[in-house]
Amino acid sequence: MKVSEVVEKLGLTVFSGQKGLDREISGGYISDLLSDVMGNAREGEIWITLQVHQNVMAIASLKDLAAVILVNDLKPMENTVKHSDDENIPLLGTSLSTFEIAGKLYQAINA
Amino acid sequence: MSPANIVSLAKNRGLDIIGITDHNSTKQCELVWKLGQKLGLTVIPGCEMTSREEVHCLGLFEDFEALRVFQDYLDQHLTIIPNDPILFGHQVVIDEDENILEELDNYLGASLDVSVEEVEQKVHELSGIFIPAHIDRPRNSLFSQLGFFPPELRVDALQISKLADEMNIREKYRISPDITIVKFSDTHFPADLGKIYTNFEMEKPSFNEIRMALHGENGRKVKIP
Repeated sequence: MKVSEVVEKLGLTVFSGQKGLDREISGGYISDLLSDVMGNAREGEIWITLQVHQNVMAIASLKDLAAVILVNDLKPMENTVKHSDDENIPLLGTSLSTFEIAGKLYQAINA
Repeated sequence: MSPANIVSLAKNRGLDIIGITDHNSTKQCELVWKLGQKLGLTVIPGCEMTSREEVHCLGLFEDFEALRVFQDYLDQHLTIIPNDPILFGHQVVIDEDENILEELDNYLGASLDVSVEEVEQKVHELSGIFIPAHIDRPRNSLFSQLGFFPPELRVDALQISKLADEMNIREKYRISPDITIVKFSDTHFPADLGKIYTNFEMEKPSFNEIRMALHGENGRKVKIP
């Protein structure tokens, strides 16, 4: 499944990184500790977090993640948006909590 | 951990300089400073802040005007969670005779709603010293929360926790040799006070000398014993 399909199915906001919307999603990962994501997220996963710091995009790029979803209506910091565009990794948003969006994402990917 | 107890223990245990850095509050600094003056103990006022990423970091200030401005900043940015004294204890500000002057209603362990860079910029705007705290810890540290050193963050030093080995930490996190590493006791209980310290080689115990020592300027330097 492509990132663009998930955006549509889950009604996500696209903040930036539009050029990466046709990336393929292999699964999902959830963590707010960036050190943990560095160690444990796998290539192609979509990462759900409440961290809005620019390091999020650097780690998404390092791990070659498909996209990042920010929860609880959180807005990314300015340089986070810039990095997302530079790396062509979509930065997405939802008003839902981590729990709710994770449930929907799991269903969408495994449908 | 009353102000009088802190200064007398610090003096008895041979410290020359201490920093007072309560979590997200500066309100007890001035009294400790005043009591320190009487004993010839230099007290640097400051704070241990929690950024929105839940990175703990230290801010130290030269004077009480800067500290007052920083307290306003804390009041403006602390996430409002009412303190539960049963869970977290009473958050009191006391006077010299240990009378309670004020009880702080908002939980001081909460985070500020600003990023670690924004906190750093505020500290530097007030000519303070900014030091990410216990960077080797698996939580609430710069590296646990943010994975790697944020490119735009300006630090005066990095603090490692008591059991950490400086060379291991430098290697593990690839810390530039230009950045000074310090060890402080992070005292939360009287028993810890003075157990861990860093030696500062400088002319006199002043704020500017401390800053110079942290930056290795004019022959000043610091050394973890």
